[in-house]
Amino acid sequence: MTGAILFAIAIAALLLAVAVWVVVARTAFTATVGFIVYGLLLALVWVALSAVDVALTEAAIGSGVTGMLLLGAAAQLRATEANVESTSLPLKLSAGILCVLVSGGLAAVMLDPPAVAPTLAPEATAKLSATGLGNPVAGVLFAYRALDTLLEKVVVVLALIGVWSLTPDRAWGGVPGLRLYARPSGTLTLLAQVLPPVGIMLGIYMFWTGADNPGGAFQGGALLAAMWLLVMVARLQPVPPTSLGRLRLLVTIGPFIFLTIGFAGFALAGSFLAYPIDYAKPLIVVAETGLTLSIGVTLALLVAGPAERSA
Amino acid sequence: MTHVIDTFTIVMLCAGAFFFLAGTVGLLRFPDSLTRLHALTKVDNLGLGFIVVGLLPQVDGLIGGLKLILVWLLVQLASAMAAQLIARVARVERRS
Repeated sequence: MTGAILFAIAIAALLLAVAVWVVVARTAFTATVGFIVYGLLLALVWVALSAVDVALTEAAIGSGVTGMLLLGAAAQLRATEANVESTSLPLKLSAGILCVLVSGGLAAVMLDPPAVAPTLAPEATAKLSATGLGNPVAGVLFAYRALDTLLEKVVVVLALIGVWSLTPDRAWGGVPGLRLYARPSGTLTLLAQVLPPVGIMLGIYMFWTGADNPGGAFQGGALLAAMWLLVMVARLQPVPPTSLGRLRLLVTIGPFIFLTIGFAGFALAGSFLAYPIDYAKPLIVVAETGLTLSIGVTLALLVAGPAERSA
Repeated sequence: MTHVIDTFTIVMLCAGAFFFLAGTVGLLRFPDSLTRLHALTKVDNLGLGFIVVGLLPQVDGLIGGLKLILVWLLVQLASAMAAQLIARVARVERRS
């Protein structure tokens, strides 16, 4: 048995163990910590499968941003957690049976793969050079599945609208109730002064290198969001009110640029989201720049939550 | 020459793995939050340091080596800060 197989078995067992831990954890906080660990382990699995793009997204979005959101939710629920009645046995049983059925179905599909997996990879990579992108994942996202890419960016904005719609009337347009660090000039202040230059540079690098290497708007945007949140939580920068015009502009500018390029495709290349052949790379870079900014701001605002006090 | 370099890498990786193991044992066996935190952060930094030193001769090019060192420095910064923040919470909880 080779080392790679041993590693695969070990990490699969670890993943299963952490997954069980998340399910049986007694408090939401414990479950969230388990979920973050699970996401990071899963990122390792994606690296082992040579899917570095997916690994970066899993670590940044699946574990990082989602973890922050769940931690915020767990903190909100902590007061009510002790009073929650435990669910009845039939409900637990039926939920368990349903989960086993779904897992069993998925396992049956996974364990009996076709001898030759159907793939469009050779055809997809053959025409990739026309886009000027060296990273096949970025090529697929922006050339073949551009509509999906556009919609997933719009979904993030819709999620923010959903969060903002939870704002009480008196606080509408006010300052989000992000939990700030209480001690000025403490440990976190130092971290918020030292880390952002490195983090912002890495975020921009990750977006820029996404054209030819693993990376892209979501991963870079998540890093930018983390840096902004760090600076806000450490009280080095104020949390902006949600009514701020610049803020709303930043949230929407990425999808707006992408949509504009999409509609320009009708005139320039004959269909929605088609790029004129000579300008494919520059247009994609412009769209990615806007999207990275929008994603960064939107993810940070999602974590910051709805406005709680008026500006 | 490559044998010497490979041996160096293997020795360093083993040293790193040993420190990770020691840190994990400390995390499981030490009596309270502060000592467990000490085991986790100090020993992990040292373990990761050994692993980075061991991997440095294996990377090609200056940039790859600098990236490895940057990773090590960032982990040091993050774990030192996280240890401080968690320790403060642990101390406050112990007082109350």
